[in-house]
Amino acid sequence: MQENEDIDVKCCCDGNKKDKFIEEIFAEYQPIKDNLIQMLNEIQEHYGYVPMEVQKDLSEFLSIPMAEIYGVVTFYSRFSLKPKGKYNISVCMGTACYVKGSQKILDRLLERLQIRPGETTEDGLFSIEETRCVGACGLAPVFTVNGEVYGKATVQKLDQVLDKLMNS
Amino acid sequence: MKTIKELHQIREEKRKELDLRVNTKADTREKHILVCQGTGCTSSKSPEILEEFKRILKEKKIENVRVIKTGCFGLCAKGPIVIIRPEDTFYAMVKPEDCEEIIQTHIVEGNKIERLLAKDMDGTKVNSLDDLNFYKKQKRIALKNCGVINPEEIDEYLAFEGYLALEKVLTEMTPDEVIEEIKESGIRGRGGAGFPTGKKWELTKASEGKQKYVVCNADEGDPGAFMDRSILEGDPHSVLEAMAIAAYCIGANKGYIYVRAEYPIAVKRLQIAINQARNYGLLGNHIFDTDFAFDIEIRLGAGAFVCGEETALLESIEGKRGQPRVKPPYPAASGLWGKPTLINNVETYANIAQIILKGSKWYSSIGTENSKGTKVFALGGNVNNIGLVEVPMGTTLREIVYDIGGGIPNDRDFKAAQTGGPSGGCIPKEHLDTPIDYESLKEIGSMMGSGGLIVMDDTKCMVSLAKFYLEFTVSESCGKCTPCRIGTKRMHEILEKLCNGEGTELDIYKLEKLASNIQKASICGLGQSAPNPVVSTLRYFREEFKEHAIDKQCRALECKAMSKITINEEKCKGCGLCQKSCPVNAIQGEAREKRVINQDKCIKCGTCLSSCPFKAIGN
Repeated sequence: MQENEDIDVKCCCDGNKKDKFIEEIFAEYQPIKDNLIQMLNEIQEHYGYVPMEVQKDLSEFLSIPMAEIYGVVTFYSRFSLKPKGKYNISVCMGTACYVKGSQKILDRLLERLQIRPGETTEDGLFSIEETRCVGACGLAPVFTVNGEVYGKATVQKLDQVLDKLMNS
Repeated sequence: MKTIKELHQIREEKRKELDLRVNTKADTREKHILVCQGTGCTSSKSPEILEEFKRILKEKKIENVRVIKTGCFGLCAKGPIVIIRPEDTFYAMVKPEDCEEIIQTHIVEGNKIERLLAKDMDGTKVNSLDDLNFYKKQKRIALKNCGVINPEEIDEYLAFEGYLALEKVLTEMTPDEVIEEIKESGIRGRGGAGFPTGKKWELTKASEGKQKYVVCNADEGDPGAFMDRSILEGDPHSVLEAMAIAAYCIGANKGYIYVRAEYPIAVKRLQIAINQARNYGLLGNHIFDTDFAFDIEIRLGAGAFVCGEETALLESIEGKRGQPRVKPPYPAASGLWGKPTLINNVETYANIAQIILKGSKWYSSIGTENSKGTKVFALGGNVNNIGLVEVPMGTTLREIVYDIGGGIPNDRDFKAAQTGGPSGGCIPKEHLDTPIDYESLKEIGSMMGSGGLIVMDDTKCMVSLAKFYLEFTVSESCGKCTPCRIGTKRMHEILEKLCNGEGTELDIYKLEKLASNIQKASICGLGQSAPNPVVSTLRYFREEFKEHAIDKQCRALECKAMSKITINEEKCKGCGLCQKSCPVNAIQGEAREKRVINQDKCIKCGTCLSSCPFKAIGN
């Protein structure tokens, strides 16, 4: 499961006033516990992470303890406590890609960016994720940058993409 | 809302209109250009191809030609795929730039474009889908509509006997009759464990309770497997129809589909399908003018492998951490919110309507003695025809890898095939002729699993592979029970030691001991099967483990700590291609001179190995 040592996160809302997006979500869903994961999915999608403040709001809205919400957020790999980088690079570590050499792609990426999977570079530009099967097994090995798929990847191809992103 | 009469009318009219999709001799002046919009082809620009076709047709004011989005055709290695009906011409690896030529040469002038025709493994060009060896040994039941219909139009599903099984069940059969039919067919759960489906339905029906639920497990977590996703993307209504049939049998009025959020296309098409079915009155109250009421909701998973385990999945639907429950009680007795719940896998559901329409006798005539019907496999790894295949149970691995899969690229040797993902095992060369069914796979130390089938050539290190799977299990273990949480971690550490050249023979013994303890003591399927990749690789590739432990050698050159890449002085011609290919500038030497690798800089990525035309680089 997810690493969760740093939970220092900036507030996404304006003082006590709730974010407009959060207000919309609260209007859309019934305040029952079953809806927690559905709501978290939308929140993750919108902000790119699940801010601490939002977890507190959720706790009030659904009348469940904050600890329970935090437990759910850290259990599922799709939810993250920290914002992702401007360029979120995911390397597919599904078996089909692994067999075709995705470990080498990941190793090279970690070496170049000097961060671990799940982390974001200090300048906020890059973050790395390991994913399980993007679904493009015919193009293995693949990595994606903000959802765009780069197939039949090699270390060289990765270097080219990184160089381009770093210089843009 | 549509009446039964109206539905029949739609079916009839649409069937006529779509005859050209399945009949090459269809009497029509129309042409349909089918463009695959499954995830694989979408990743290589098939949405642009679709738009480009539409734009050109509009611009040239060509009539009688329609561009249709479809689900996966199966042969993902040749994507993006475009098929033109009724002549059934198969164009492979199409680019948006090719659209203009296809319209002009094929559609307007009526000539096939040689260079875009798909090639078979022997190099011969094939005209149509059915001519490819890839399709010849397949039998499509669950994938019947994938690549034939537009999954976003309910009318196209209706055209091919859609919702006819539900109509038959509701108007002519009792729940017991339906369950009997399913039992007779011999179909077993396609999620991996192979529990008889009819039996499951019977047990859930027998459970007492006013409120019951039907759940579809679409949390396809096995990395490298995409059978369920393709069905949801290509034929979502087949799952909805089967869930309604199941609900009628067990007495449920509410269903949930638990699908991975990582499958956005599948989620979108499911939602469209549910909305359309509601509009037609095929979900909701008084379905087919009976008292039967049923509705379905989608629940998104959030990236936890363990949620494919049925009780963990239920916890997740309830909005909690996806930790498995202790069984019994089984979901059939106490499932979602403590109510009797029927859980089946996507592929299982996709077979149901066919069984009802064609009969249990027909279905049970396919397959082996104890495993009936077909199985869909996601064929991947070191094999030429990567893609989705559906074969009758009892087909041998050799047929799948060589006849359908087209063999191993670069004429390398087959080393092993992995089935069942992180819960399964490896099948070595000597078992290539084993007929695949639930029992035979278990006997040789693997399992059917959900259908991932990864082929590996002789460049793969089996110790690393075992480590890869354990790494997966360690990060996906939910942490509830100790044997799985801590045991898999310890196993992974030992494998890491072996791969780093720091292991001893004692470590192999420890691995075996741990494996047997974890298998016995874990509470759910994930833990109980987590050691399988290690146990099966040890069974067939013990020599390799010993080489790692004693000789500190990795014959596949995959374990970096034990490998050193060097250039053979005699073979090197000084062309410098390796130097150019090296991403870290570790290769030195002047023009036309023999090159040397600086071992301090080398990251052992292996790029130079494939760049050398003289095969001078190696271990």
